[in-house]
Amino acid sequence: MPTSRPMRSSGRKAARPATDGPWCGASSPVRPSAATGRQTADMAAATTPDHISRQLADTPKATLLDMLQKMLLGRRFEEKCAEMYALQKIGGFCHLYIGQEAVAIGALSTLRPDDAIFASYRDHVHAIVKGCDPGRVMAELFGRRDGVSKGKGGSMHMFERKVGMFGGHAIVGGHIPLATGVAFATKYRQQDQVTLCFFGEAAVNIGAFHESLNMAALWKLPCIYIVENNRYGMGTSIERASAIYDVAARACAYDMASETVDGMDVLAVRECVTRAVERGRREHAPTLIEARCYRFMGHSMSDPVHGHYRTKEEVEEQKLQDPIKAYFGHLLAAGLIDQNGLDEFDREARAVVERAIQFAEGSPEPSADDLYADVYSMPYGPFRRSDP
Amino acid sequence: MPLITYRDALNQALREELQRDPNVFLMGEEVGVYQGAYKVSKGLLQEFGERRVIDTPITEEGFTGVGIGAAMVGLRPVIEMMTWNFSLLAMDQIINGAAKMLYMSGGQFKIPIVVRGPGGAAHQLAAQHSQSIESWYAHVPGLKVVAPSTPYDAKGLLKSAIRDDDPVIFFEGETLYGSKGEVPAEDYTIPIGVADIKREGTDVTLVAWSKMVAVAMKAAEQLAAEGISCEIVDPRSLRPFDEAPIMASVGKTNRCVIVEEGWPFAGLGAQIAYQVQQTMFGDLDAPVARVTGADVPMPYAKNLEHIATPTPSRVVAAVREVLYLD
Repeated sequence: MPTSRPMRSSGRKAARPATDGPWCGASSPVRPSAATGRQTADMAAATTPDHISRQLADTPKATLLDMLQKMLLGRRFEEKCAEMYALQKIGGFCHLYIGQEAVAIGALSTLRPDDAIFASYRDHVHAIVKGCDPGRVMAELFGRRDGVSKGKGGSMHMFERKVGMFGGHAIVGGHIPLATGVAFATKYRQQDQVTLCFFGEAAVNIGAFHESLNMAALWKLPCIYIVENNRYGMGTSIERASAIYDVAARACAYDMASETVDGMDVLAVRECVTRAVERGRREHAPTLIEARCYRFMGHSMSDPVHGHYRTKEEVEEQKLQDPIKAYFGHLLAAGLIDQNGLDEFDREARAVVERAIQFAEGSPEPSADDLYADVYSMPYGPFRRSDP
Repeated sequence: MPLITYRDALNQALREELQRDPNVFLMGEEVGVYQGAYKVSKGLLQEFGERRVIDTPITEEGFTGVGIGAAMVGLRPVIEMMTWNFSLLAMDQIINGAAKMLYMSGGQFKIPIVVRGPGGAAHQLAAQHSQSIESWYAHVPGLKVVAPSTPYDAKGLLKSAIRDDDPVIFFEGETLYGSKGEVPAEDYTIPIGVADIKREGTDVTLVAWSKMVAVAMKAAEQLAAEGISCEIVDPRSLRPFDEAPIMASVGKTNRCVIVEEGWPFAGLGAQIAYQVQQTMFGDLDAPVARVTGADVPMPYAKNLEHIATPTPSRVVAAVREVLYLD
């Protein structure tokens, strides 16, 4: 236990607004770069309500509606996963994204198909939104041969090269150097893709995070690090794990542009990541984004929604800020959709998920011969002799 | 054939592969401006520039991961560990990343990376700089592990490793860099997974790799003076492991001694001994013997370091033991 530093709110209910100032370690969300004194990001622009009208005006209607549709699909897919997990159709660890949809959907809405993304183990929705077929994602969860990773990866390892899904990765923070490496390759080849790397706020205390950000800033690599700050690394709140609560402020140590954004607001995320993507493409420069969000479910399916580490009241309060409801409210107010339209989207989402289940159910299990496939890019033969 | 050092043989392999394939780059601590901590990369920055010969911060996990990420999109990184001791900081990337990526992605992401550098004890470098940890890496499915003993093998195997589509862990010997051998000036490769008979003999089979081949050679010379003929098999690759030449040799000699610089418990020698007894049980005239590093962190004191390290005299003693001469 720390001794000299007072414990900050380890027992306190986390009751902060998503983008407040005082909760931050830094007094202002606009952070001057340590080395140059220049402002690294225009946070203020993202935090005024203007961003909503600006985004609604500047974004094609089809894109706006597509984002809502994907948020609904993500939600219904994950709800179905919970059901399938309870039925033991899905095994192992299964981490659901419910509550955090605005982050992945807002961020991925800014990308080109040839941009790469890396996700953590909470990766189902990232995979689907990046372009993986929901049926093949569900088949992966079922451990079936037609899964995106042929049933070898499971919930935490969704990969599909051709859509730029560079995997879910299950060692906290371990994929941050890998994403940095893809960005390195982009610069090496003098191309203009960006790489998005998603991870939770608990990963920022891992050495790999700091090593990666240092190299990305030193070498100017087009990698965008998106911290999905849902406040809890499993059951440990950020206040109990981090010496500073302002995750984005850590970019100062590497003279890297950074922003804090309301991760429950899909339009705010979209606007913020758009700036980072432009910075990546034009300047080959990295950005650290802290998206403050909330997970409505337990850490994984084997964990309680609330209990020792957070109260039921806190979860219920956060659910009032449901990102899908909030976004629908904006679209409704702008006259871009009505309740019937939402219901229709929801029916479609549920139908897609049902078809995904049917596809997964119909896909065969991998054969015993698949056990030794893809350990190496060559046939496994020479190695097998040493099997006992 | 030109007589060159192990260091220069590696340097030639790197230069030729950098020339041959624009996807190849070299990355690590001090590989560029400083010309390499052990001068293996001498002259490469001058020839290929900063884009392809990249000095890194001291950040083993970070730059190894960067290499693996770059390999995911088809580049062919050569990552230099200043010594393999430092690779322990990068083990998550190598084992959880490089070794598993192809498998857990259902065959979609090959990792054509080489991680290379010197391993083993040198001279009084003490506990944290003297480890032989090739067994650790050889344990892991998805990795290939190579440990050449001669300049000729070093060049040919490094070129194969760079061209290989799987992650290759390449152990050089810290005390081998200055050793000399004949190396052709022209392009050649040695396939990964093929052993080599370093000395032919009839009475005892010695299995040794990397630095231990020279130790076994000295022992064999001493034993030859007593009329004992040793055959030395150098597997060269530790994974995949080419056991057939070892079995053929034991079929001839009926005796086997494994010489390994690393620790004895769960070492690679134990695996080899298992395979020999499993295949050649009826042919063995004595239990398989091992000569290994002592089961201790490497001490600094010169006399203790000497005791902790396999030497020709310990190999001689082991050979005499399996011949029941003592």
